[in-house]
This record gives sequence, C-alpha cells and structure tokens, in this order.
Amino acid sequence: MTDKITFTLDGQPVEAAPGESIWQVAQRHEVAIPHLCWSDTPGYRADGNCRACMVEVEGERVLAASCIRTPTDGMVVKSGSERATKARDMVFEMLLADQPQQADSHDPESRLWDWSHRIGRTDSRLPSRETPATDSSHPAMAVNLDACIHCNLCVRACREVQVNDVIGMAGRGHEAKIVFDMDDPMGVSTCVACGECVQACPTGALMPANLLDAAGKRTEFADEQVHSVCPYCGVGCQVTFNVKDGELLYVDGRDGPANESRLCVKGRFGFDYIHHAHRLTTPLIRREGVPKDAYTDMDPSRPLDYFREASWEEALDVAATGLRDIRDQSGSGALAGFGSAKGSNEEAYLFQKLVRAGFGTNNVDHCTRLCHASSVAALMQMIGSGAVTAPFTACEDSDLMIVIGANPTENHPVAATFFKQSAKRGAELIVMDPRGQALKRHAAHMLQFKPGSDVAMLNALLNVIITEELYDRQYVEAQTMGFEQLRDHVADFTPEEMSKICGIDPDTLRTVARKYARAEKAIIFWGMGISQHVHGTDNARCLIDLALITGQIGRPGTGLHPLRGQNNVQGASDAGLIPMFYPDYQLVDDGETRTRFEEAWGIELDPNRGLTVVEIVNAIIAGDIRGMYIMGENPAMSDPDTNHAREALAKLDHLVVQDLFLTETAFHADVILPASAWPEKSGTVTNTNRQVQIGRPALSPPGEAQQDWWIIQEIAQRIGLDWAYGGPADVFAEMATLMPSFANITWDRLERESAVTYPCDAPDQPGNEIVFGEGFPTESGRAQLATAIPQPPGEVPDDDYPMVLTTGRQLEHWHTGAMTRRAATLDAIEPEAAASLSPTDLQRMGIAAGDTVRVETRRGAIELAAKVDTAVPTGMIFIPFCFAEAPANMLTNPQLDPDGKIPEFKFCAARVEKAAATAAAAE
Amino acid sequence: MLHDRDRIFTNLYGFHDWKLEGARDRGDWDQTGDFIKQGREWICDQVKASGLRGRGGAGFPTGLKWTFMPPEDRRDGRPHYLVVNADESEPGTCKDRDIMRHDPHKLVEGSLIAGAAMGAHVGYIYIRGEFILEAERLNDAIAEAYDAGLLGKNAAGSGWDFDLYVHRGAGAYICGEETALLESLEGKKGQPRLKPPFPANAGLYGCPTTVNNVETIAVVPTILRRGPEWFAGIGRDDKNTGTKVFCISGHVNNPCNVEEEMGISLRELIDTHAGGVRGGWDNLLAVIPGGSSVPCLPADVCHDLPMDFDSLMGLKSGLGTAAVIVMDKSTDIVKAISRISKFYMHESCGQCTPCREGTGWMWRVMERLVTGDAEIGEIDLLEDVSKQVEGHTICALGDAAAWPIQGLIRHFRPELERRINERKQAA
Repeated sequence: MTDKITFTLDGQPVEAAPGESIWQVAQRHEVAIPHLCWSDTPGYRADGNCRACMVEVEGERVLAASCIRTPTDGMVVKSGSERATKARDMVFEMLLADQPQQADSHDPESRLWDWSHRIGRTDSRLPSRETPATDSSHPAMAVNLDACIHCNLCVRACREVQVNDVIGMAGRGHEAKIVFDMDDPMGVSTCVACGECVQACPTGALMPANLLDAAGKRTEFADEQVHSVCPYCGVGCQVTFNVKDGELLYVDGRDGPANESRLCVKGRFGFDYIHHAHRLTTPLIRREGVPKDAYTDMDPSRPLDYFREASWEEALDVAATGLRDIRDQSGSGALAGFGSAKGSNEEAYLFQKLVRAGFGTNNVDHCTRLCHASSVAALMQMIGSGAVTAPFTACEDSDLMIVIGANPTENHPVAATFFKQSAKRGAELIVMDPRGQALKRHAAHMLQFKPGSDVAMLNALLNVIITEELYDRQYVEAQTMGFEQLRDHVADFTPEEMSKICGIDPDTLRTVARKYARAEKAIIFWGMGISQHVHGTDNARCLIDLALITGQIGRPGTGLHPLRGQNNVQGASDAGLIPMFYPDYQLVDDGETRTRFEEAWGIELDPNRGLTVVEIVNAIIAGDIRGMYIMGENPAMSDPDTNHAREALAKLDHLVVQDLFLTETAFHADVILPASAWPEKSGTVTNTNRQVQIGRPALSPPGEAQQDWWIIQEIAQRIGLDWAYGGPADVFAEMATLMPSFANITWDRLERESAVTYPCDAPDQPGNEIVFGEGFPTESGRAQLATAIPQPPGEVPDDDYPMVLTTGRQLEHWHTGAMTRRAATLDAIEPEAAASLSPTDLQRMGIAAGDTVRVETRRGAIELAAKVDTAVPTGMIFIPFCFAEAPANMLTNPQLDPDGKIPEFKFCAARVEKAAATAAAAE
Repeated sequence: MLHDRDRIFTNLYGFHDWKLEGARDRGDWDQTGDFIKQGREWICDQVKASGLRGRGGAGFPTGLKWTFMPPEDRRDGRPHYLVVNADESEPGTCKDRDIMRHDPHKLVEGSLIAGAAMGAHVGYIYIRGEFILEAERLNDAIAEAYDAGLLGKNAAGSGWDFDLYVHRGAGAYICGEETALLESLEGKKGQPRLKPPFPANAGLYGCPTTVNNVETIAVVPTILRRGPEWFAGIGRDDKNTGTKVFCISGHVNNPCNVEEEMGISLRELIDTHAGGVRGGWDNLLAVIPGGSSVPCLPADVCHDLPMDFDSLMGLKSGLGTAAVIVMDKSTDIVKAISRISKFYMHESCGQCTPCREGTGWMWRVMERLVTGDAEIGEIDLLEDVSKQVEGHTICALGDAAAWPIQGLIRHFRPELERRINERKQAA
C-alpha cells in the first residue's frame, strides 16, 4: 500500500490510511477518545457536532474534532492535552446540565453515561432548563427528549442510513429539537418503525418502549447476547438477541453483509410471538369425533378443546405409524410432504431426505412454489443457475437500477435502504409496477403499467434495444445463443403497439430502454409481481433477455436479482425441498444423479419427479394422496383458492403438522408436533444474496416443544430409517458432501465468520458475490436467450367480476400472519384486515374508508374494511394475505404457470360491494 | 486623516447618481477589461502589494486568499466560484449596505475583476434578506452592466466570461458565516461546515470557491486603477493599509458611516466625523471597536487608540467590521453585554454543543449579573465557560459569543462584583 499518512499521535509515530480519521487511527492504537455524535457503525458519516472528541493539533489555533478530521503527513496530534481534556470535560458538563440524574435517567447505561464515567464528569455546575414531555404515542418506541443531546445521530439514521426522511432537526440554536415530520407525535408520523434511531441514540432519548417502566426509566437489562439472523424475509439481516431470564428482551441489528446493522420493524420489534400464549408446548393428538371439513374453525388459544395432550413417544408413534401404513397400503405416491423455507438448511435437507428416502416419493415441495418458482425456472433454463447473479448490495456500484414487480420498502425493507441510498448517490432508479409504492419518490421513472402486461412492456424494451442497436454485440456474440430468434421475435413488438397493451407511452418505453442499455452498470431486481402469474416464467425470461443482450451481468453493479421472499427460501431450495430436484438442483429423473444419491443415502429412490404444492392439493382431492407431513407451512392460508386447499387438507386420512401454533392448517391435523422457533435453534440459512449465515440459539423451546431436526429424525427412525445425527452440524457436514455449492464452507467456518457467500473458491477466501463474469454453468457455457409472447392473465375481468384483485404482503406482517399477528407491536400497528382501493373507485361505489366491504371472486368471498390508497390504480383491489379473519387467498386463482407451476396470486377477476351489514345500517 | 482625493467611496452618502452613468463619472468601469487581460497572477500580485486585508472582520490578506484557488494549470474540471458575502448582520455594522445602495457598480465591477482573478466565470452575491432596496439596486446595476457588455460573455471586453447573480438570504445571522452561507446558497439549512476542507478546495457545490466581503471586493477596482502603492501608502504601517469604512454608532452626537484612513485614532475619528462623544470625551465609558463580537475597551485605553487590525488585537480586542459602538457613562455596560449575549444565543445555529448550550447558559448568567443575583465565584465560572466555548466550536460564532463577555470581565470585573455585593447586602 502506498499513500499511507504518517503522523504523531500522543508522541508515537502512527500511520493512517487515506480517508481514515484521527479517531479511527486512535481507536486502532487503543487510544480512547470520547465520542457521542460519532457512531463507529457502517453507513454513519462523522458530523463533528458534539465536540466530545476534540483533540489538539500542534500549530492550530482551534481544537479539531477527531471523528471527522483526517490527519496529514507530519501532523502532531495530542489527544490527551490539558486543553483538549478540558474542552471535552466542558462539553459533558454542558450536556449533563439538562440530563435527568443518572439514577433517574431513561437509560442509565447509555453511551453518554458510559463516557461521562470514563472521563470522570458525572455532574454539572450549570443549571438545567425546563424539560420536554415524554412522547409515548408509538407502540414500540418511547421518545424522551429531555435526554436528547442534539447529536443528530437519529437524523442521520432516519435520513441517510434508512432513507425514510421522517426525523429532522427543527428550530435553531437553543430551540433546536428533534421532530417527526411536521413536529407530529412519533406514533402518528410517517415513521415506519425500523428502530434505526433507537439503535443509534447514545442517550436513551429514543428507546424501545418495552424496556422502560411507567416513569420512563429503564428497568430491563439483558444478561446475555446471542448473535443470529432475522427469521423474516430473504434479506437475511444479522441480529443480536438480547436475552434476560429466558426471555427475548430486545433485538439489535448486527453488522452482517446484507444489513450493515440495519433492521426493519419486523426484525427489531417482531419477536414476542415466541413468547405468545398460543405457543404449543406439548404434542397433541386429535380428539375422537372432532370433525374435519373445509370450514373447520378453531380457537388457537384453546387447542385442548379439539386435541388431547400426548407424550412425545405416543405422538411420534401415532404420527409415524399413520404415514407408514399409508405408504405400505397405498404406495409411496400416496404420501407427500411440505417442508418450510422458514426452517434451517439442515431441517430442509432432512425433511426432503425423509420424504425421498422414508416415504419413497419425490412429492415434496414448499412455499418456493408460490414465490419464485417461475423465476428459478427461467434462470435455470437460460443461465443454468437459479440463484441471484449479484447481491442486492451490488447496487452501490450501479448507475441504474430497475425494480419491477416488487415493493421492497414493504417486503425487503433493508434491501430497499440500499436502493434508496444508491438513488440518493445519483444512480437512476426505474420502478415498474401496476401499483404505486414508496420507492416512486426516489425514482427517475415510474412505469405504472396495466396489471398482467409485463411481457408486452418488456418486449417493447427489447425491441427498442435491438432495433436501435443498443445491445452489446460483443457480449451477445461471445456469451449467448439464440439472438437471431429473439431479434426476429421482438421485431413486431414495437413501443407503439405494446403501449396499447401495457398503457405506458412509447416515448417512456424508448427512454427507459435506452437508459438501461446505455448505462455503464445496470441491475434488475424483481419480486412476486413478476413471478406470481400464469406467465411468470415468461416475465422472468424477458428480464433475463434484457440483461443478456446488453451485457448487464457478471460485472460489479450489474446483474439479475430476484428478491427472495422467505429468510431461507434460497437455502431450502438449494437443499432439495423441491419435487424435481435433489440438493443443488440435481435432477431426480437423471439416472446417474439418482444413483449417486441412492448410494449416499443407502436406499432406492423414486425415479419420477414429484408433484408441486398445488398439484399435491389437487391429488388429495382426486384421492391419490392420503397422508401428509407438513412442517412449518400454512397452506390453508397461503395456497390459492384456500377453500379448495382446506377441503383437501380435511380429506386427508392422516395429517401430521409440525408448527409453533395451532395454524389454520393444523386445524385439520391428526397429530400436532410442537416445534421450536428460530431464536431457539441452531442452524444455517441462505439469504437472497447467496450468503449462508448461521443462527445461534438464544433460548430454549417452551414446555416440551422440541428442535425440528430432532422431530424429523424421530419420525424417520419410526418409518424405518436408521438416522443418528447428533445435531445440525452433522447434517451440514453430510449436505456439504452432496452439494458442490457448499464447497469450502464448513460449520466451523460459519461459527467463526457468521456468513459466507457461495460459491466460494477456498476455505480462506471470501465467496464470490458476483458470478458469471466468464461464462455460464450451462452445457455450452453460454446463456440461452428466450422468447415470450404476451398472454392474458388466467382470469380477466368481465361484467360479473369487473375489477382486478391482487395480493401481497405489508411491512408489518409476515405471510400468513402466524408469527406477526402474535407480535404485539406489529399487530398494534396493523391490527385489521383491509382492502386497499383507489379513491376514485371508493367514491364511485359510495364507500367510505373504514366501511366494511365484501370482496368476491368465483372462488369465494370475504368481508373486510375498505382502505383508501392512492397507490392503487382504479379498477384494482389490493389485499394482504396475512389476516385469518379475511383470508385473501380464499379469492385467488389457482391456475398455474406451465413451467414454474406457480399460481397467479397477482391477478384475478373480482367484485366489491358494501357489506350487507354496512349497507343495511346505512339505510 | 484621509484626504478627499484618496476616497474610494465617493458616493457613500448617496448624494450622486448611483447608476452606471454616475458610476462612470466617478471613474468606475475604467480600464476594467485591460486589467483582466493582464491575467490572474497580475491581479493577485497587485492586490497582494496593496496590503488589502479582508474587510468582513477577520482581516485575512485578500491577495493571498485568492491564490489559494487552483491556478489555471492545476484546474481539475470543476468550475470556480466567487461568492460575495453581503449578509451584513453584525450589530453595529452598516457599511456594506451603503456601498450597495449608493455605489453598487463598485461591487459589480469588483466582482468581475475578482472572479477573473480566481478563475471564476460565475459569481454570487448573497445579500441579507432584509436589504430590499439594496438587492433591487444591485440587480439594477447588474442589469445595466449586462446591457453595457460589462458582464456576460467577454465582460467589459476583457475576453473573460462572467455571470453575476444576486441571491437573497432569509434572515439568519449565521448565514453570514462563509460556509453556512454556502449551505444556504445551495438551498440547504444554513449551518456552518466543518473545516477542513476549506472553500478554496471544496466550497459551493463542492467546487473551489472564495468568499469575500462586499467592501473588500468593492475597493479592488480602485486599487488597480490607482496602483497598489497608492493604497499601501495609506494607513498606519505596511500590514494595516488603505482606507476603511467605519460605522460609528451609540453615544456620539452624529452617528455616521465614514471612510477613513486605516489606523486613525479613535478620538480623532469620533471627534472629526461623529461630532464627539455625547457629553464630551471625558464622558466616555467604553467602546466596542469592531462590531458586537469584539471585546469592549474601557475609556482609559481609548485616547490614542489606533483603529487598525493589529493595534486592536494587541489590546485583546479587534477591528472586526470597524463598527465602533460608543458607550458613555450613562450606559449599563453589564446590561449592554448581556443584550449582545442574547443576540448570539438567538443566532446560534444549534449544531455543536459548546455554542448551542454555552450561548444560552452564558446569557442566563449574564442576566443575573445585571441584577447582581449571582455568586462572586460565578464570574470565574462564566469566564471559564466562555474560554471553553471559544475555539471549540464548528464556526466562529462561538468565539463571537465568548469575546464580549471576556472583555467585560477583563475590564469591568469590579462593577460585576459591586452589583453582587450590593445585592447581598440589601438582602
């Protein structure tokens, strides 16, 4: 390294890297300099305002703030000179003047008090001013500005790190104060409750509300910290669980590769579900005579009304015997299993191995089928790999980002912070979605196209790029196949023609196409809006074509990134929880591969591909499948046309459910096995960025609840398999022998490093974040371009059902709500099911916001509150699918994409009317 | 005493036409293009040789400051900017205001020359929001200059392109601090930046920028026309040269602005131009010689006091903006300084701890010292706090808040103690 700067710190010659501050160099040399407004956390720039870190620089009239001042060659810095120490002392004295006494302070262990003790200044000769009142309007956070020292960290947290722009510093001088929006109470502001400010605050002015007593004083302190990963979305934020007396007290963000210490509302405030009274703590067996039908409804707080408690021995025996008997009587094909993308890689691996080796069938699937199955199908077909080509953090290098069919500020909030930061830095953001969203504010172009017209719009972009010869000829020639076919295919899809279908004007289509093609480094992110269609695979194919013909792949700042939904949907898919693949996407109907797995597992395997999620449900109705083992999934809420799915579940002769709660799926169970929640277990998960991360147990499962891997093994042993794993580490070791993607990644290494990206070239090398710089893992080494013809959605609006229903998630709730509806803060923020409609439609129908409406499709009807939402275009209804009292999936269309076998959650025909009760009351 | 022939601001009082024609009659815009043709280096050398020091308060040598801007052979593609600080808000100071309303072309011409000298094609005049007439006159003068080919492409036939804009402030004193001014000019909240980097490296929009006071820029054309030796020949010594506009206010018979020789004695200044101290020289209690931020001086050091940068610094005060605030013996000096403290508290931006907390605390103590409702020990505490504010803040507002208090304690401690003791006795 050149460019080292040599200077003197407290008499010692030291070296600084360019850009390194005096404080950072001092820190490296274990010279402690007090600091308050400086946070040694990624993403926080130094601000130099608190003046607690002042040092003396020889020859300079004034003191320098060491957090922001970079040394120059030959500089002589005295960190402990009398002048500097005295100045710092006075800063603390001034700040302490207005603080509550330490004993009564909101956080007696705050960084402010820590430093005040370290420098020996805990009192103040200066009189205090009147103190602002507490703002306790927010369910999760307490605001006590009497402890505020105006260090600005929360402002930077909110505006620069999370880019939510809620907190600001209002007023001037003495009157300066932290405000939310236009000086609103926090609870009614536009705060999204990510809690970044709480984590940044050095004084306790902003605190998790649950740590304080009624007087606003902190009474709760953790006695243990455990590093793990967040169990919600596919971003894979690393977290620290702060535990006290066997309870999870609060959660901090940890500096993981995907989150750099950031979290969202779920990851920070959404963990008390594990302590919820509904947790199942003993094995349960269905009582004699409790009926099973599609409309079975149970009170999850009273499981013993419908089930009786059993010992583990009895429950496991009943569970296993039922499965074994069906296998022996009706054959392997009469059994199926749903694993979970919420569990660990080891659990997913064990589960698919149990179904394949124990049940003897490939009928094993999980929610990836409902999520990115079509994206994976397209990626596998075209570039030979189903995972992302670059982490989402690659956008830090991008000049242009396309976000299509995704709403990251709600569904991947921490990933969204990186997008917003890049947009602020100057990268151009292009959002494409039929529904408006928060990212729009940061976007250069918002293409709000007609729902279901993705292929038409994307073909128009391909048309412009090819006809205007903006494609990367060299890349196309060297790395792809099928360009001529693509060129001929898209020739007719002119912006003018496609504009009629997608509703975006031709000029915008041209501009966007040109910008993407001409950008030095462009990256595409997509979500369920692309995949959850009957033409989901075609949607994804168009996106992959775009990247391939422009060479926007395989370099820093470029790539294709389907934003994965579940925390471990990548890992569970990799582990083989898919009916057509063994671990690492090795085909079950390839003889050579099968032989390898048969040898490894010591048992003969089913040579045929198994059925997918919706196909399994149909097979139950058809009487072909009679028994199921469902671990951690809730198809009774998550499958399309849930009445149909529930009918199927009720029809099963034997259903074993392994879960935390009495879910809607468990209503139909014969045996329920109480499982462990993520903070209670040890295991690895793989996030959307291909980062394999390790979770460590912070708590023990409640009551008799057991580790999931143990339960699967017990079942396995009872149906004739001789498994003897000692724990997840053993399972991981076995996986590594069968999965080339885990090369050079070991359990020990993960324990040491917490995260390793695959593919990884050596045990001492970081993994490859950006892949396919030199060819693709296809037979020819080239990528295969594909063509797609615009097709209408499976069910289009007509006179009876004139509107479009689309479904999705919302920031505070996770999927079917099994966890988040039981997290007090999250349910307090979003307690009620609501259908979002445009103001125009509401007005047309004479419905006021808050009225109860009835939403009906050909498959069912639900009643819920109407919500006015300007982001929703006219003619559209949006309903999140997390509310059991109004399950959106009773309405959705189960029609499948032919390649990805994914149902069309994003589009079906529906009608809305005032609910009977509301209509009657109005008359 | 300054001879009339040496006056630069010959329309300081607005007796003549302020417009272009009048300005030309007074000699403005003469040879401007030729000066610029001599090159950046030549202009800077002339200004250096004149000994001109910044008229905004700090007194930094102007020619030297201009040479901090990257020279032509080291330009990196970023534009250079000249910014004129016309946010004149220091209590007691009203010189730039008169220059802008009565002699705006001096500033416009000076901006062109200064811009050329620092390689800037664009200049901004950031003017105090309350200066409405002045902003109008400046805009008119700029429009006249454009019409006459004195600004814009090939300004004044110099071969140098130069555009000049007036930007009005919104009422914050802190925006007179040069980096807060730049923030405000960029459309942000006016808060000072941490230095380094200094504006010459990264100023407006991150580009090399020099911020100069109105008077500094306005005297440059005359210096070039009459030669640096002429300017350097006026003043007390070679470090304190030229003419200076003094603003004399307070307890004098005839408060006024007047252009005088640098280093003129305080008494001569007051007696000659301001009609003397109210009630006679012996009725003088103290003066604040350079605007509200500099420490006051008691009457006993005022008699032969030379009014220039270095002489006043020698007395632990300063020339500042040369706003002389005269206080006679009827003045409650403690109350006066307390009022100044309140001003700085009110104008603190609140960004850094010592200033935000210190200015408020110092004012509260000052209020108690006015009535004597304090302890003797608090005087030392106040001085201590003021020393901890001084030099420890992001910008000089902390210093400006601390100095008046330090001056009071240095020169009037017996008065402070008397009030405390009397109050104690009364109680």
